Amino acid sequence: MNYDVTIGLEVHVQLKTRSKMFCSCSTAFGAEPNTQVCPVCLGYPGALPVMNGEAIRYTVMAGLMLGCKISAYSKFDRKNYFYPDMPKNYQISQYDMPLCLGGSVDIDVGGQAKTIRLTRIHLEEDVGKNMHFARTSGVDFNRAGVPLMEIVSEPDLTSPEEAQAYLVALKQILLYAGVSECNLEQGNLRCDVNCSLRPRGTTPLGTKAEIKNMNTFKGVFHAAHAEIRRQTELLAAGEKIRQETLRYDPDLDITVPMRSKEYAHDYRYFPEPDLLPVVLAPETIQAWADQLPELPRQRRERFVREYGLPEYDAQVLVADKVVADYFEETARQAGNPKAASNWVMTEMLRQLAAQELEIGQAKITPRALGELIRMAESQTINSNTARQVFGILFAEGGEPAQIVKERGWGQVSDSGVLEAAVDQVLAANAKSAADYRAGKKPALQFLVGQVMKVTRGKANPAMVQAMLEQKLV
Amino acid sequence: MAALTELTAVELLEQLRRRACSSEEAVKAMGAVIRRRDPAIKGYLEVDEEAALDQARSADAARARGESGSLLGLPLAFKDVLNLAGQPCTCGSRILAGYRAPTDAGAIARLRREGAVFLGRTNMDEFAMGSSTENSAYQVTHNPWNPDRVPGGSSGGSAAVVAAGEAWAALGTDTGGSIRQPAAFCGCVGMKPSYGRVSRSGLVAYASSLDQIGPMTRDVRDAALLLKALAGPDPMDSTALDLPVPDYMAALATELKGMRIGLPKEYFVGGSDADVERAVQEAIAVCRKLGAEAVEVSLPHTHLAVPTYYIIATAEASANLARFDGVRYGTRTKADVHDPIEMYAKTRAEGFGAEVKRRIILGTYVLSSGYHDAYYLRAQKIRSLIRDDFDRAFGTCDVIMAPVTPTAAFALGAAATDPLQMYLGDIFTVPVNLAGLCGLSVPCGMTTDRLPVGLQIIGPAFGEEQVFRAGYAYEQATQWRHQRPPIADRTDLQQG
Repeated sequence: MNYDVTIGLEVHVQLKTRSKMFCSCSTAFGAEPNTQVCPVCLGYPGALPVMNGEAIRYTVMAGLMLGCKISAYSKFDRKNYFYPDMPKNYQISQYDMPLCLGGSVDIDVGGQAKTIRLTRIHLEEDVGKNMHFARTSGVDFNRAGVPLMEIVSEPDLTSPEEAQAYLVALKQILLYAGVSECNLEQGNLRCDVNCSLRPRGTTPLGTKAEIKNMNTFKGVFHAAHAEIRRQTELLAAGEKIRQETLRYDPDLDITVPMRSKEYAHDYRYFPEPDLLPVVLAPETIQAWADQLPELPRQRRERFVREYGLPEYDAQVLVADKVVADYFEETARQAGNPKAASNWVMTEMLRQLAAQELEIGQAKITPRALGELIRMAESQTINSNTARQVFGILFAEGGEPAQIVKERGWGQVSDSGVLEAAVDQVLAANAKSAADYRAGKKPALQFLVGQVMKVTRGKANPAMVQAMLEQKLV
Repeated sequence: MAALTELTAVELLEQLRRRACSSEEAVKAMGAVIRRRDPAIKGYLEVDEEAALDQARSADAARARGESGSLLGLPLAFKDVLNLAGQPCTCGSRILAGYRAPTDAGAIARLRREGAVFLGRTNMDEFAMGSSTENSAYQVTHNPWNPDRVPGGSSGGSAAVVAAGEAWAALGTDTGGSIRQPAAFCGCVGMKPSYGRVSRSGLVAYASSLDQIGPMTRDVRDAALLLKALAGPDPMDSTALDLPVPDYMAALATELKGMRIGLPKEYFVGGSDADVERAVQEAIAVCRKLGAEAVEVSLPHTHLAVPTYYIIATAEASANLARFDGVRYGTRTKADVHDPIEMYAKTRAEGFGAEVKRRIILGTYVLSSGYHDAYYLRAQKIRSLIRDDFDRAFGTCDVIMAPVTPTAAFALGAAATDPLQMYLGDIFTVPVNLAGLCGLSVPCGMTTDRLPVGLQIIGPAFGEEQVFRAGYAYEQATQWRHQRPPIADRTDLQQG
């Protein structure tokens, strides 16, 4: 039998607040264990949570970017379960009145556009991290209390490919919203995958199983495939799917049921009495809406309209907000959007890909690239030289004019100097000159090359060519 | 020197201001009384006299430098559920044996800024759960009026030391009556402030939506003085509201002209002991003589208050006490365990007493899937109805007067045999917590067994001024505040 796949995702996004959700401890990544803790995030007796307003604002901004309805009144609840990584043995989360409801994410898979609906977005605190040593275990509570936004999708995804496309699109929007660093290596984006199968063409959803705590998009893709295989095999064998929690084993490429102890079922939610409900005035929500950046799609349209870029170029540039920001600043500095687009699309992205770097890691600033573009456009340097200068700026930074001057790379456009070089080359290559006159057009390129050689590449090639053509009439 | 320890807090502060005595002398004098009397009372868990003397000397030095503070040099006892930086805080529980608090509670910090000196930790029912202080893991406290009777609870240690003259004043906490009931049982004044009036930061939570810290004192004026210092917002507690704190002492007056006193008909239906009913009726008669007008009001959901309270309070407690798991602090089981869950189970089984376990199980049950709506949700709805009852009543009166408890102090051991009976004794106090109101307990008479009776004066949320005004006028018109329990005479005679 053939099956239709249904996938829904719960994505946990770490917000980029500097302090934790309910105390002033730092959220910085990578500190020594238990150095970013206090009585509040350690759950000491008597310590009370106090809301970080930035976490609320970031969540609402994300909700606005995703087209959610923002709740004028929402509240926090206690989710009760015992686990050593939970300082209070309850997690402060939002149960029935989340900050954001509805919303959607547009995806594109194989040229097919599709809208994935969201159920809700709520805010909760992260837990600590259990660590196991040879003979003992410990808990690092640095992460405990870090604000997490949980984005829950409707079961609108029908393949692992769509799931991956959804995550890519979601990450792009969150980066645009500026609410999270979305750094996967640091666990900023973690995901639970709900997956079910039903006989092709039927409507009622099958029993779902949940793969917990995936932290790469590729992982989600492979885990979903593995889970579809597992469920297909079970159904083929006439067995029922159990509603259960699984983890993905990447080495064996299979999904494995978790021990029931690892996952409590009755969370006994009730309203958190230590926090007041969150009441957002319409003016507050409007003020935040006014701070929203463009959505990637709006920006793409603007690039085409405003800068006259081809659709494809605009799409490549907006894919990463940082790249798009870099491009816009470069275009402004260069006074030439088209040239800026060419440089960013070709040299910049090529070098980044070759060296596996993020644009923020390149040493070349938009101002330097803008200046470089100006020099190339005004023919102060030729295009080969410009690429060389780019390479130096990319690796070491600095000022283009300085680099060109230090290395003596300035393009020669002085007609007197050029004429002397041209005459020298013509005198030394009489045969080629004759060939050209006799109608062998390629001989001209050879002569231009010779002039470049004697000027060590600095000659303005257009002027050299014009000069040669004139002299060889 | 004996006279010094008999003063009210306001009187002692006046002596200190006039340099008639020093804070150091006061602490030493009270230390002597405690050594004489507390072996029979067992109200204190620990008196750190050296630390108190250090603070007292600092206060004296500050005064010598010309500094002032509304409590400069005043020694206070405090319930063992409050955090003082570096001090033990056991909550009367084995599970926190040896635990020391990292910082001052918000309310304690306020008192420290006013110059208060901290004398010692008082006994309590474990995690403030109980009405007799017998649920302490450490000791049984005796009622100063009769050693065979309980001091009440859960702030029984604080009430007993104030009544026995072993402290000028003490701090208690009140979740369902834990300040007012022991104050009534021991014959002192106890004020439960409105929810949100005093910061709960650093108060180890029993039921977070009900808990409040308040003063337990020898008279109403002292309670007004202390609440002024305790009250106000705290950046560490978002439920402590940022409202102006009135000068409560300035609100005190000796007549009650124009004040309307509401008498809930559901509170006077013969459910109280005759002695209690009589004392409260006499107190109301005194208030009428002082110019107040008595009006009947109705609180129709009163009969639902106790079950509602025991659902909400235990639900919150089941989560609040989940953190005591042996992972980060407190005691941990020494038994061999194989996984964290077993470690929790053993640690909690060994660390908690019977009443705490009973309430955790009750609270877990009422929140469980399948029971949540029938119990917890329904209790929340009834809580709203109880609040509405009071809102309506305060439309026709300024304060409500009622007994604090249906009986005077009961015998030691009685609560253990019948916990339900003990819960029912909370009938007049829990509605005040459920509705977030303020309530004052003022001595208003003695039973034929020579046990104190308390008059409860209930005010609307943040209506502490009118409650203090009524309490003070009544107190000044009667002599109950001058009654001293026999424990003072007995121990003092034995000693010397």
